[in-house]
Amino acid sequence: MFGAKDDDGGSWPELRNIALAMLCAGPLMACVNVNAPNDAIVIELNINIKQEVLYRLVDSAEQNIEDNPEIF
Amino acid sequence: MAFSKLQSVAGTAMVAIAAAAMTVMPAQAVQRDPAYASARANGAIGEKIDGYLGIVGSPDPSLRKLVDDLNIRRKASYADKARAEGVTIEEFAFAQGCILIARTAPGEKYQAPDGSWQTRGSGPARLDPRCPSVG
Repeated sequence: MFGAKDDDGGSWPELRNIALAMLCAGPLMACVNVNAPNDAIVIELNINIKQEVLYRLVDSAEQNIEDNPEIF
Repeated sequence: MAFSKLQSVAGTAMVAIAAAAMTVMPAQAVQRDPAYASARANGAIGEKIDGYLGIVGSPDPSLRKLVDDLNIRRKASYADKARAEGVTIEEFAFAQGCILIARTAPGEKYQAPDGSWQTRGSGPARLDPRCPSVG
């Protein structure tokens, strides 16, 4: 008896869940859009760091040629 | 007599210095395996941007083996130096590539920043803009 009554009223919580899910999906999609420019900034930083690193490695790389002349 | 002896000693010393200077330059080429030296000279292989050797034309098995062997040994040296410097192997290899491309001899092949194979002319090689200016 009670079980049947619960089934009839069960469609409302279900609808509410879908509506809630749609409400949550909205902000989530916006978050994905915000992430795109973040990636571009990270790549730019990598290039800057790399150039600094390269300058630092010149002496060691020249020494490497002297240490292993047969492979260069 | 003493003066001419001194002069001859000075002359001998100068000749010795000149001879030493001349032998320093091709020392690297002398230590290369003949097969490697000829593959470099005839443009079958070239220096890549990433610090390793690449095959320019169609890869035949013996050339592939030569390049693979040298690149494995290069990577081992990069790993040692990278650890000492506290950088990644890729970073060290790239820095090494800058120097190796800058030092290619005229006629040798190297990879330009756009990835295309170029023949080194009498002018400077086309280096990645991040490369330090090295001679």
